[in-house]
Amino acid sequence: MRRRKLTNRVMGVLIAVTFVLALLPLFSVLWLTVKNGSKRFDAEFLTHSMKGIGATDAAGGAYHAIVGTLEQVGLATLMAVPLALLTAVYLVEYGGISRFAKIVSYVVDVMTGVPSIVAGLFVFAFWILALHQPFSGFAGALALTILMVPIVVRGCEEMLRLVPSELREASYALGIPRWKTILRIVLPTALPGLVTAIMLGVARITGETAPLLLTVFGADAINNDPFHGPQSGLPLFVFDQAARPNQVAVDRAWAGALTLILIVMALNVVARLAVRRRAAH
Amino acid sequence: MTTRTADRAFRLTTQAAAGVVLVVVLAIGAFLVNRAVPALRADTANFLTETSWFPDQAKPVFGIAALAFGTLVSSMLALLLAVPVAVGTALFVAHYAPRRLARLLGFLVDLLAAVPSVVYGLWGLYFLKTHVNDVAGWLDRHFGSVLTPLHSSTGTYGGSLFLAGIVLAIMILPIISAIVREVFLQVPRANIEAALALGATRWEAMRLAVLPYGRPGIVSASMLGLGRALGETIAVALLLSTSYDISWHITQPGGATFAANIALKFNEAGGTGRGALIASGLVLFVITLLVNGVARAVVRRPTL
Repeated sequence: MRRRKLTNRVMGVLIAVTFVLALLPLFSVLWLTVKNGSKRFDAEFLTHSMKGIGATDAAGGAYHAIVGTLEQVGLATLMAVPLALLTAVYLVEYGGISRFAKIVSYVVDVMTGVPSIVAGLFVFAFWILALHQPFSGFAGALALTILMVPIVVRGCEEMLRLVPSELREASYALGIPRWKTILRIVLPTALPGLVTAIMLGVARITGETAPLLLTVFGADAINNDPFHGPQSGLPLFVFDQAARPNQVAVDRAWAGALTLILIVMALNVVARLAVRRRAAH
Repeated sequence: MTTRTADRAFRLTTQAAAGVVLVVVLAIGAFLVNRAVPALRADTANFLTETSWFPDQAKPVFGIAALAFGTLVSSMLALLLAVPVAVGTALFVAHYAPRRLARLLGFLVDLLAAVPSVVYGLWGLYFLKTHVNDVAGWLDRHFGSVLTPLHSSTGTYGGSLFLAGIVLAIMILPIISAIVREVFLQVPRANIEAALALGATRWEAMRLAVLPYGRPGIVSASMLGLGRALGETIAVALLLSTSYDISWHITQPGGATFAANIALKFNEAGGTGRGALIASGLVLFVITLLVNGVARAVVRRPTL
C-alpha cells in the first residue's frame, strides 16, 4: 500500500513537472522577444523601410514588411474565406454521408498537414514558372490561401454543426427554402463562431515565412503594389535580419518578432476569448 | 419552381467550392511532378542515394539521402522528446488541474502553438543554442564514449540536429498536447470514478482508465506532430549549420533537412537547381501526405 501511494505521489509530481516544462518555452520566448525587441521597437522602426541602410547602420525599420504582410494576409483572407465558408456549408448542410463529401472532408484534414514550404513551391511552380507571372505579394497570398483554407473549413464546419437542427426545421416548417434558411438562419446564428475560426486562420498564416520566401521573394524598399514586383513581409524580414552577422540587424529581427507576436497573440486571444464567453452562456 | 432552381444553384455553388479544394491538392502534386521531372532527368547521380547537392553544375549531381537522414533524425528526436511531455501536460490539464483552472491552462498551452516558427528560430539561435550546447557538452563528456551519437568528433556543438530536434519538439508539443487533451476529456467520467471507487489511487485510475482509452488518440496525435516536424522549415533553416553528409554524431554542427534546404538554396538556385528543390519538395509532400493520411484515419483532429 505504501508503495502504491508513493508511486501515486511521484507520478503526480512528474505530471505537474511536464506541464511546467511545456510552458517554460512560451514564457521564455515571450519574455525575450519583449526584452530584446523593445530595443528597436520605436517610431523609426514602424515608419521606415530598409532602403539604403548600410550593413552596420543601426537605423532602418520594417514599414515595408508591415505593409507587405497586411496586403498579403488581406488578399489571402479575401480569397480563402469565401472558398472555405462555402466548402464548410457544403460539408455540413448538403454533403451528408455522400462519397464526395467524405473525400473532401478527408482531403481537408490531410491538407492541414501540408508543409507550408510545399504550398510555396506549388505556387512557384504553377504561378511563376508555368504561367510566367512575376514574384509578387499576390503570389504570396496564393500560397497563404492554400494554407488558410483547410484551417478555416475545419473551424467553420465545427461552428455550423453547433447550430441546433431545430432552428433549421422550424424554418423549413414555415416554408422557407433551404438556401434562404442557410443564409438567413444558420449563418447568422453561427456568425460569432465563424469570425473566431477566420481569425485563428488569419493568425496562423500571418506568421508563415517559408511560402513567402519562394513567392514574394523579399525586398528592402517599400512596394505598395501587391501585384507587381517583390515585396517583403514581417516574417520574411525577421528571417532575413536574424541571419545577418551584425548586432544592429539582430536587434531589428527581435523588434520585427515583437511586432509579429503582438499581432498574432492579439488575434489569438481575442478569437479564443470570444469562443469562451459564448461557451459560458 | 424558382425556389427549387435557387436551391439547386446554391447547392451547386457550395459543391463547386468543395471541388476547388480537391482540385488544389491534385494540382499541387501535378505541378510539382511536372517541374521535378526535367531536373531528375538531368541528374547524373542517383537521386535517392546521393548525399551532395550540386544541381547547377554542368553535370548536375544531387540527391536526397542526406536531407532524408537529417529530416528523419531531427523529427524522430523531436517526437521522442515531445510525446511524453505532451501526454503529461494533457493529463495535467484534463485530470489533475483544478476544474476552474483547466481551461485557462489549456489556453496557455495552445498559445505555444501560436508563436510563429520564425520567432522560435530567432529564439533558438540567440538564446537556446548556448544552453543546448552546454547540455550537449555535458552529455558528450558523460555518455559520449558509450553512446556515439552524443559524441562530437569535432569537439564543437553549435547548429546540430540535436538542437534542431529540441526546438522542433517545443514546436510540436502544443499540437500533440491539444489533441491528446481532447481525447482524455472524452474518457467517460464513470470509468475513472469506478476505478477510484475500487480503491485505485489517482495515478492507477489514469493508468487503468484514461491512458488505455486515449491510446489511439496519442498515436494519431504523435503522427500529426511528426508530420509537422518533418515539414518545419524556417526555424530549422536558421538553426542548422548545413552540411550534406550522413553523420550519426547528432550533437556536432551539421545536417540538412528537406524543408530547410529548399528555403536556404532557393535564392541561389538556377533552372536545374530549382527543379531539384521542387523534386525534393515533392518527396516531402508525399511523405507528409502518408504520415497525415494514416494519422487522420485513426482519429479526426479537433481544430486548434
